[in-house]
Amino acid sequence: MPEDHAADIQLVSRAGEDTGRSHGLPLAVLAEITHRCPLQCPYCSNPLAMEPGSNELPTADWLRVIDELAELGVLQIHFSGGEPTARRDLGQMIARATEAGLYSNLITSAVGLTRDKLAALVEAGLCHVQISVQGAEPALADRVGGYRGGHARKLEAARWTRDLDLPLTVNAVMHRQNLHQLPAIIDMAVGMGASRLEVANVQYYGWALKNRHALMPTPAQVEDCTATVEAARDRLRGVLEIDYVIPDYYAKRPKQCMGGWGRQFFNISPSGKVLPCHAAETITGLEFDSVRDRPLAWIWEHSKALNIYRGTDWMPEPCRSCEWKEADFGGCRCQAFALTGSAGSTDPACAKSPLHDHIFALAETEAGEERNRFIYRNLSGGTEEAGPA
Amino acid sequence: MRPEIAPESVPRLPRHVKLRHDKARDRWLILVPERVLVPDDTAVAVLSRVDGARSVRDIATDLAQTYHAAVDVILADSIALLQDLADKGFLAVTEPRHA
Repeated sequence: MPEDHAADIQLVSRAGEDTGRSHGLPLAVLAEITHRCPLQCPYCSNPLAMEPGSNELPTADWLRVIDELAELGVLQIHFSGGEPTARRDLGQMIARATEAGLYSNLITSAVGLTRDKLAALVEAGLCHVQISVQGAEPALADRVGGYRGGHARKLEAARWTRDLDLPLTVNAVMHRQNLHQLPAIIDMAVGMGASRLEVANVQYYGWALKNRHALMPTPAQVEDCTATVEAARDRLRGVLEIDYVIPDYYAKRPKQCMGGWGRQFFNISPSGKVLPCHAAETITGLEFDSVRDRPLAWIWEHSKALNIYRGTDWMPEPCRSCEWKEADFGGCRCQAFALTGSAGSTDPACAKSPLHDHIFALAETEAGEERNRFIYRNLSGGTEEAGPA
Repeated sequence: MRPEIAPESVPRLPRHVKLRHDKARDRWLILVPERVLVPDDTAVAVLSRVDGARSVRDIATDLAQTYHAAVDVILADSIALLQDLADKGFLAVTEPRHA
């Protein structure tokens, strides 16, 4: 019965406007306030060309932007990065978000947190914490993150989060070299007191594309992973909610990326650029508007980069006449660009794409080659892992 | 484990659950981690009375008077609604009061 009493929100326009549009009021924003991060995960969702600290939007601009977000109808703000706690003014931003009526989430690696730091953020109005994990035990997890001692710190930060009575989401990014630990990661998430677990297979753009050789799972691993998630969902009903993302290369239908390009969400980069998703800067040739130059409300309506792939009018065949076009909105533009060189072409993750069989075969071959050495993410363009390939 | 909602339970919304009237969309919303829920009128009527002080029975009695309805029916509906939110981790209870 409760389902009838509180349904998930659908696309909504401003009160009184008609809703048959390519976009509504934005529900949530991903505020990537910095690209600086103590971890060096080889699948980082930040672009290869990261913003140095000197290009970051100053505090006063962020505070103004937070007010504009609330005015525009945004409901939730996800403070992310890089590592958002690397900015000393994070507490100020959360306090302003709270004042403006926004719901604040912290998406963190947690390695830079202390109990006092976290308590101060809670005091400022933080509502929810999401901590990333790289594995189920320190040896692998610290190797993937390129940060010795990181795993233990995450477990400690999870305890503080629960002590401070905040709900915890654990985000586990999965790939060939850690998928065997998924059952243990699920148990660990329960032990950490998480109410949600995101089992997110790596998506291949930016850093992950550069590391695809070391990350791509085998089809058998993906099958096991799906079975593990399904069994755990049954077993842990009411204890742990599990969100699951399978790797696109092995999918038959593309994912509904970000709920549709520029439809309900956007991302603000460390320098203030407004992007339809965190990977959009990998698409060359798009020009993004900045909150330094324009009001957010103007950008949401008029930005060329947001409007170009909104709705369904931009679609080529076979998308244009596809019965699923309103369900997946044509999948992922960043992936189309990465694999075809054109962001406006059919997402090769879709079985209707002429490239679909090719990328499946490519993934399978790459997964079988066992080239396991990572290229770590950093501001100088990446560093290859030491040791034998 | 999740709390069990009884007539004498005193429910409260935890810090990570916000019931809010949204001006831009002109509707009531429940904000929770990574999701936004749209409560119906019944849920809004019940949840706007959840204050960490009143029991479910107090709330049902108030609603019965406001809407001229049978208190038993409203009590049963309220318990079902609140139990569901509690099962999802979106509702807490303080110590059950003894009548």
